[in-house]
Amino acid sequence: MLTIKCPWCGDRDLTEFAAGGEGHIARPLEPATQSDAEWGDYIYTRKNTKGIHYERWMHAQGCRRWFNAVRDTVSDEFLAFYKTGEPAPKVEGDGS
Amino acid sequence: MANPKSKYSIFSLVRNALSYHEGWEAQWRSPDPKSAYDVVIIGGGGHGLATAYYLAKEHGITNVAVLEKGWLGGGNTGRNTTIVRSNYLWDESAAIYDHAVNLWENLSQELNYNVMFSPRGLLHLAHNVHDMQEIQRRGNSNFMNGIDAEMLTPGQCQQLVPFMNLGCRYPVMGGVLQRRGGTARHDAVAWGYARAADALGVDIIQKCEVTGFDIENGVVRGVQTTRGNIGAGKVGVVTAGHSGVTAEMAGFRLPIESFPLQAFVSEPMKPVIDVVVMSNTVHAYISQSDKGELVIGGSGDPYISYSQRGCFDQVEHVVGPVIELYPIFSRVRMMRQWGGITDVTIDRSPVITKTPVENMMFNVGWGTGGFKATPGSGHVFAASLAKGEMHDIAAPFAMDRFHTGALIDEAAAAAVAH
Ligand SMILES: Cc1cc2nc3c(=O)[nH]c(=O)nc-3n(C[C@H](O)[C@H](O)[C@H](O)COP(=O)(O)OP(=O)(O)OC[C@H]3O[C@@H](n4cnc5c(N)ncnc54)[C@H](O)[C@@H]3O)c2cc1C
Ligand SMILES: [Zn+2]
Repeated sequence: MLTIKCPWCGDRDLTEFAAGGEGHIARPLEPATQSDAEWGDYIYTRKNTKGIHYERWMHAQGCRRWFNAVRDTVSDEFLAFYKTGEPAPKVEGDGS
Repeated sequence: MANPKSKYSIFSLVRNALSYHEGWEAQWRSPDPKSAYDVVIIGGGGHGLATAYYLAKEHGITNVAVLEKGWLGGGNTGRNTTIVRSNYLWDESAAIYDHAVNLWENLSQELNYNVMFSPRGLLHLAHNVHDMQEIQRRGNSNFMNGIDAEMLTPGQCQQLVPFMNLGCRYPVMGGVLQRRGGTARHDAVAWGYARAADALGVDIIQKCEVTGFDIENGVVRGVQTTRGNIGAGKVGVVTAGHSGVTAEMAGFRLPIESFPLQAFVSEPMKPVIDVVVMSNTVHAYISQSDKGELVIGGSGDPYISYSQRGCFDQVEHVVGPVIELYPIFSRVRMMRQWGGITDVTIDRSPVITKTPVENMMFNVGWGTGGFKATPGSGHVFAASLAKGEMHDIAAPFAMDRFHTGALIDEAAAAAVAH
C-alpha cells in the first residue's frame, strides 16, 4: 500500500486519497480569445509523463483539501508533497 | 520476399507427433533489420501485427517491418481478459467493433492458426433503473446497426448462470446478451498474425525499441532504434500504453493518459461458467478459460502509471463484487495477478489518425477495450496507411475530434469499454 503525506494531516494510506491528474494546469485567462484547438488541449491533452510527474491529489476521506505531489510514474515512488499555490519543488531526475 | 509455411492441420500434427514434436519449423524468422522499409510498424501487439498482415495480404505491400521493444504480445495483447463483443452505443463504434467481430468469425481459417475464438455469449448485467435504461438504449441502438442484442429478465440471467446471486447488494434487474460475443486466445492472435505476416514477407523484429524519429521538413524519413537507424517511407505507430512517449518523440501530444488495468486468474477448476458476464455498475467481469481458470477484471487504477504491477487496493475493489455476485467463488484461490498499461482517452474511443508529421499515422488509445477490435483495427489501419487517407471506418476516430468536440462518447454511454 502506498503512503501519501497530506501537507495538513501527515502520512495516510493511499485509499484515503483521490487522484486529480496532472497539476499546474492554469485555466486560460482570456477564455473568449481561445481557439477550439487551445480549448481542446486545455481540457483533454495531458503530459502523460513516463517518469517524474507533477500531479494533484485530494485527501478525500480526510481533510478533503487539494494539494500537489511529485511521483515517478515508473516506480510509483512519491518524491515530494506540497500545498496548492506553492512552487513546484525541483526533484532529482526531472528533465523538464 | 515470401516465406511460405507448411500448413497446420491434423496431418501435420500426426506427422510431427511421430518425430516427438521436434521437427516443427519456427513460426516466423527473426531477421536483422534492413536499412529501409516501405512501411515501418512500431509495436508488435495484436494491432501492429494485424496491420502488417493486412498491408501484405490486401495491399501487396510486403516490404514492411514490425518493430517491438520487448516480445510479441508482451504488451496489453498478452495481458488482457480477452472479451470480444461489438454492442457499443454509437454508430462509429458499432462500425469498427462489428467489422472486427465479422473478421474474428473466420480468423482461425484465414490465418491457419487456432485463435480459439469462442462466441459463447456476452451478458451485461443491470443493477438499477439507470442501468436498465442504458442497456435498453444501447440494445436498441445495436438493433439499428444490425448487431444482436437480447434483453433478459433476472430469471433468464439466472438460467445462464444458475449460481448468480440475483438479490445481492445491488440486485440484478436484467441484462443484455450479445450471443456473438465471447473470448479468444490472446497470444494466439499475436502469434497467428505474426506467422501469417512473416509468410508474406514481413520482417518481425523483436527486442528493437524505437527511441526517436528522423523527421525532415515535417516528413518522417525513418526511425532510430536500439538496433540502428531504419529508413521508412511510412510509419504506423501502434504502441498502446506508450503512445504518449512515442508521440513526444515525434514532437506532439495526444489526448491520452496511461493507466494500469489489472487482471486476475484463479486456480483451474471444472467448467462452471460458460458465458462472459460483465457488470459495469459493480465493475467486475468474469469468464472461464479453456484451462478452467476464472479470468477476472475490473476497473482501471485511479492514477496514471507505467508500472505493470497495478495499485494494491484495487484487488479488493475487483474481488469484492465478484464474490457478492457469485458467493460460490468465495473459496477459490487467485493464482496470478498483473497489470497492463492502458492508453485511455476521455471518450473511451481509440485515436486512429494522421498526425502533424507527414507519412506518420497513429492507431492508439484503445485503452481498456481494444483486444476485441484487433482484426478490424489492423484491417482499416492497413488500408489507411496504404492509401495515405483514413479508411471510412477509421476516419471518425481522428485526433481532431478533441478540438471539434465530435467525441465518440462510449464513456458516457456505458462508463466501461473492456
Ligand atoms: C488487464 C487488461 C484487461 C483487458 N481486457 C480487455 C478485454 O477483455 N477485451 C478487450 O477488448 N480489451 C481488453 N483490454 C485492452 C486490450 O488489451 C488492448 O486495447 C489491446 O490489446 C491493445 O493492443 P495493441 O496491439 O494496440 O497494444 P499492445 O499489445 O500493448 O502492443 C503495443 C506494443 O508496442 C510496444 N512498444 C511500445 N513502445 C515501443 C517502442 N518505442 N518501440 C518498439 N515497441 C514499442 C510494446 O512493447 C507493446 O508490445 C485489456 C487490457 C488490460 C491491460
Ligand atoms: Zn489531509
